Amino acid sequence: MIELKDVSLGYNRRAVLSHISLKAAPGEMLGLIGPNGSGKSTLIRGMTRIIGLFSGHILVNGRDLEDMEREELARIVATVPQSAALPGAFTAFEVVLMGRTPHLGFLRYEGRKDLDIAWQAMEATQTEYLAERRVGELSGGERQRIVIARALTQQPKVILLDEPTTYLDINHQVEALDLVRKLCLEQSLTVVVALHDLNLAAQYCDRLVMLNEGRVFTEGGPMEVLTAVNIKEVYGAEISILHHPVNGLPVALVTAGESR
Amino acid sequence: MISRTTSEQISEPAIPYTLHWRSRIYALIGLSGLLVVVIIFATTLGSVHIPFATCFQVLFSPLPFLHITPPCWQTLDAATLHTIILDIRLPRVLLAGLVGAALGVAGATYQGLFRNPLADPYLLGVASGAGLGATVAFLIPFTISWMSFGAVPLFAFAGAVGAVAVVYSLARVGRTLPATTLILAGVALGSFFSSITSYLMTICGEELHGIVFWLMGGLSLTRWSEVLTVFPCVLVGTVIIYLHGRPLNVMQLDEEQAQQLGINVERVKLILLGAASLITAAAVCFTGLIGFVGIIVPHAVRLIWGPDYRFLLPLSTLVGAIFLIVADTLAHTIIPPTEIPVGVITAFCGAPFFLYLLRKRQGFAFF
Repeated sequence: MIELKDVSLGYNRRAVLSHISLKAAPGEMLGLIGPNGSGKSTLIRGMTRIIGLFSGHILVNGRDLEDMEREELARIVATVPQSAALPGAFTAFEVVLMGRTPHLGFLRYEGRKDLDIAWQAMEATQTEYLAERRVGELSGGERQRIVIARALTQQPKVILLDEPTTYLDINHQVEALDLVRKLCLEQSLTVVVALHDLNLAAQYCDRLVMLNEGRVFTEGGPMEVLTAVNIKEVYGAEISILHHPVNGLPVALVTAGESR
Repeated sequence: MISRTTSEQISEPAIPYTLHWRSRIYALIGLSGLLVVVIIFATTLGSVHIPFATCFQVLFSPLPFLHITPPCWQTLDAATLHTIILDIRLPRVLLAGLVGAALGVAGATYQGLFRNPLADPYLLGVASGAGLGATVAFLIPFTISWMSFGAVPLFAFAGAVGAVAVVYSLARVGRTLPATTLILAGVALGSFFSSITSYLMTICGEELHGIVFWLMGGLSLTRWSEVLTVFPCVLVGTVIIYLHGRPLNVMQLDEEQAQQLGINVERVKLILLGAASLITAAAVCFTGLIGFVGIIVPHAVRLIWGPDYRFLLPLSTLVGAIFLIVADTLAHTIIPPTEIPVGVITAFCGAPFFLYLLRKRQGFAFF
């Protein structure tokens, strides 16, 4: 469970986001959508205390983020950053195993249990076959799955994903989000995911928060948020909203300029 | 290399990790043994060549419980052998080992902290600070001494520590210490100090020879008191660094990911910079600026045994010690009685070996 209460934050005293309040519950996938520069990544960085808050509070499982040690926070909240830099000389398994860091304390080395947890995370993300490979040799999609596996290895209660599908092909986009969705339901994880693609957001998220110019423009279920009027207002794009033939969820369609 | 795992293997996960550990642990044990052999071998060489077995006996004779009788050899009686090996040769060999170890582990630490293959122990102004300190010490018209040390090591140590402290305080932005600012501040202050050193060298007159030789680095006339002063500094610093092997691994991701994995990045940076700078300062203040060890040794270790800092740090310590003992032994034995500056040897032997490794493992990711 993660809750933001009237949060303002930004860089160098310039607020990027102001007065944000939102809440994500266990077993729920909350999507953050909004145009470039609307503050999706900044919000996620705020939720992991990479950048400090100007005002307001972030509560993780009812406790204020500011009162927690980084290590304690990392046992509860795992982050999948956008295009994570990985040290090329380490093997994929070594990188996944780094997810055990917050559980190990200062002097302990990884035991059998930690190795098993890391291995299970690689199985869940279908990356076992990469274990021995150096991460410098992996493709963008493989690296992304390794980072998701590392997040699972943290055994968190909350997973924050910052545009996890950016470098993935459509099949890997679906695989990655299917996986996150499955883990969210099976393990009652709280998932907050920033997404570029409105159609993926509609398909996978229970609720969407649409950000615009550093504020919450609107929030609610995909049907309420993804309307042609809202998208025109926030993105300035002319799109048509259809309904998905299988599950009836909204689908945003673009129309080329000359045929409008 | 593991292939796609079948379902039976899940209960017994095919984890390749322990295997890597094993080869690295063997390397640690093997290199420790090699270090002892190299130390003994280095004490056999000098103006008189003494056989390995005799050196072995002399070196181990002071130890209790072993009951080794101090041997004689040819015309040299036990007392003379004792003096040559234990009082003249051994301190020099041990100081070479300590300095090599310090530069190796400090180089690995700096490269890890900055995630930069060009980082070396002198990056943050330790060398130029020590150089300036030593130059000033050569020029002061009066003598200072503390605990039997002259002004040169004292001033060099003060210069090294002072330079890092200035760089650190200049680079600090609020509560964070950005790596780029730190490197730039180090380079700028280094140039500033070097220019003062160069100016002092042009006006110094007859002291020039001493200054130049100090700046090139060397280990001649090493005494036990120096070994016993450097040893605790290097020991404490190295232990502190070893304890941060795993955080240093995680910091190879990048600072943001390391923080998200629970590492207090700013604290680890501060501790490691302090420890690595301390041992570098302690190492260079007696021996001068021995180059190339701190940059080449960690790379060679990384190329051979991989990037895991929990092994990279101790392996760099051992390889650094062995490398500098061998280099120093060559420096004073290849064209006796002339002594070549040891920095010449480290660069001359180290660079081709390093290039060989580089060619052999082309396309290898360093970090």
